[in-house]
Amino acid sequence: MLERDGYATHEQISSRFPKVELLVKPKAVIECYENIPCNPCSTSCPFNAITIGKDINNIPQVDYDKCTGCGICVHSCPGLAIMVCEVLADKVRFKIPYEFLPRPIENEVWQAVNRKGDVIGEALIEKVSLNNRQDRTALVQVLVNKEFIYEFVTIRRES
Amino acid sequence: MISKDLVIIGGGPAGLCAARMAAEAGQSAILIDRNAKLGGQLIKQTHMFFGSEKQYAKTRGIDIAKKLLDDVGSYPELIEVWEDATVVGLYPDKVITVLKQEKYLKIQAKAIIVATGASEKVLAFENNDLPGIYGAGAVQTLMNVYGVKPGNKIIMVGSGNIGLIVSYQLMQAGVEVVSLVEASPNIGGYKVHAAKLRRYGVEINTSCTIKKAIGKEAVEKVVTIKLDENWNEIPGTEKTYEVDAICIAVGLTPLTSLLSMIGCEMKYISELGGLVPVTNKYHETSIDNIYVCGDSSGIEEASSAIVEGYLTGLIASSKLGKKHPKFAELVDDFQSQLENLRNGPFGAKIRQGLKKLGGSVDA
Ligand SMILES: Cc1cc2nc3c(=O)[nH]c(=O)nc-3n(C[C@H](O)[C@H](O)[C@H](O)COP(=O)(O)OP(=O)(O)OC[C@H]3O[C@@H](n4cnc5c(N)ncnc54)[C@H](O)[C@@H]3O)c2cc1C
Ligand code: SF4
Ligand code: SF4
Repeated sequence: MLERDGYATHEQISSRFPKVELLVKPKAVIECYENIPCNPCSTSCPFNAITIGKDINNIPQVDYDKCTGCGICVHSCPGLAIMVCEVLADKVRFKIPYEFLPRPIENEVWQAVNRKGDVIGEALIEKVSLNNRQDRTALVQVLVNKEFIYEFVTIRRES
Repeated sequence: MISKDLVIIGGGPAGLCAARMAAEAGQSAILIDRNAKLGGQLIKQTHMFFGSEKQYAKTRGIDIAKKLLDDVGSYPELIEVWEDATVVGLYPDKVITVLKQEKYLKIQAKAIIVATGASEKVLAFENNDLPGIYGAGAVQTLMNVYGVKPGNKIIMVGSGNIGLIVSYQLMQAGVEVVSLVEASPNIGGYKVHAAKLRRYGVEINTSCTIKKAIGKEAVEKVVTIKLDENWNEIPGTEKTYEVDAICIAVGLTPLTSLLSMIGCEMKYISELGGLVPVTNKYHETSIDNIYVCGDSSGIEEASSAIVEGYLTGLIASSKLGKKHPKFAELVDDFQSQLENLRNGPFGAKIRQGLKKLGGSVDA
């Protein structure tokens, strides 16, 4: 449970995903479940796709018509609560934030990890980007098996 | 004796912002901080701040400090900065004693803004004086200011935002966080920060506390124990971890000894972190021209410390006869920013605390 253990339930997670049909194009998935005074996701989106509204404590809402999946909000969120998700034929492509060293390198295979921190499978690193505007939070693009769409959240290096 | 109309004690976000607004209004001031570097808590924060982008959210704390310092630095003719200078005495006739380079200096002020921030609460348990047991602030200073790891395997006590964020910073530094324990049944800080730890494998144990530390010369092991709904220890639920460090992050309490010394009316308000000065809605204490802002007036966030600092700087200068050209407009703006920040469920505690303090919603 989120309040006690720090991980969201399956219901919570799926409530934050758009319909799978929409995910043929990359879209932002925001796992911010609490009313906290925070808004960089919404102010950073160049397409005005995230709305918080007048009260900064509101929960961010994504307009999927406007979201291009660019990933800017992903590295702007101080809670690392956003990823971009895109469904392919038998894989899912994610763009996730990553703030540890060493950073992954293109074509490496890392472990795919769920919200409890358990390894669930493999993640192929497709791209790693880090420019000045990202301010030290790398954006990592990975491919994982489609069955992990609601489970995958981050990567870990084989120890 | 040095004479100065306005003296600001504490160069964290609140003090820096007060100085900047004073300067904008044309008011000169001395800004005093006991550290060698201005910036307060911010210089230890390597994470991106949450909050509104208006108060520099998404920027890393250390970079926010740079911005605020640059703002103040652009008024060198008005703001005199004293670093490595500790205010040791404050007297009712507004005389301030400062210990600077082993010399005692005296300043006669007309108005004083106290922005001294907070100190960490401690936790009582067996052997809590063993080397290897640190407060969260010390861990951050070691890691983020001096680049030294406090240990290799650590246990974190406290799940407020500080405990959560410092755990993450420890992991980034390559320290293994074996567990995070929290006495209350729910995680105290923001769940987005807790989720970050959990996904990298840190177990979060709520309804659990530290029973004792074990070690000869330094910490070698720690024993935790579960708590029932009345916060009583449940025998038989002890768990032992091998660790070489323990980090305590059980909260902050306002640093208000200077205000007590000068005789300001004080009240104990647990929602604000402890003993705080009673203020009117202009951040003025029970003594004329003595103001307080930031964590020293009640534990909150950097975002609110920044806005409170601006507001207090404006008001103190105005009372000294230097009114900012946009005074009324800015006061309104800052007050609505504070209201907005404190609007949500996490602001409820602050709202309640301020209400108990005397009904001023923007103290
Ligand atoms: C780990 C951690 C993470 C945080 N994360 C966030 C976040 O993401 N977002 C957010 O908004 N806030 C965050 N905060 C909170 C934020 O850092 C504080 O609320 C804020 O720094 C308070 O500002 P302040 O100016 O009141 O006090 P401080 O920053 O504590 O500054 C007080 C200054 O006064 C000086 N001082 C004290 N006594 C004396 C004296 N007698 N003489 C001279 N100088 C003195 C001190 O040296 C210090 O520089 C975090 C805090 C911590 C510890
Ligand atoms: S992915 Fe890009 S377009 Fe979509 S919400 Fe985030 S910043 Fe906006
Ligand atoms: S920036 Fe992240 S943590 Fe802040 S409101 Fe947006 S999604 Fe939530």
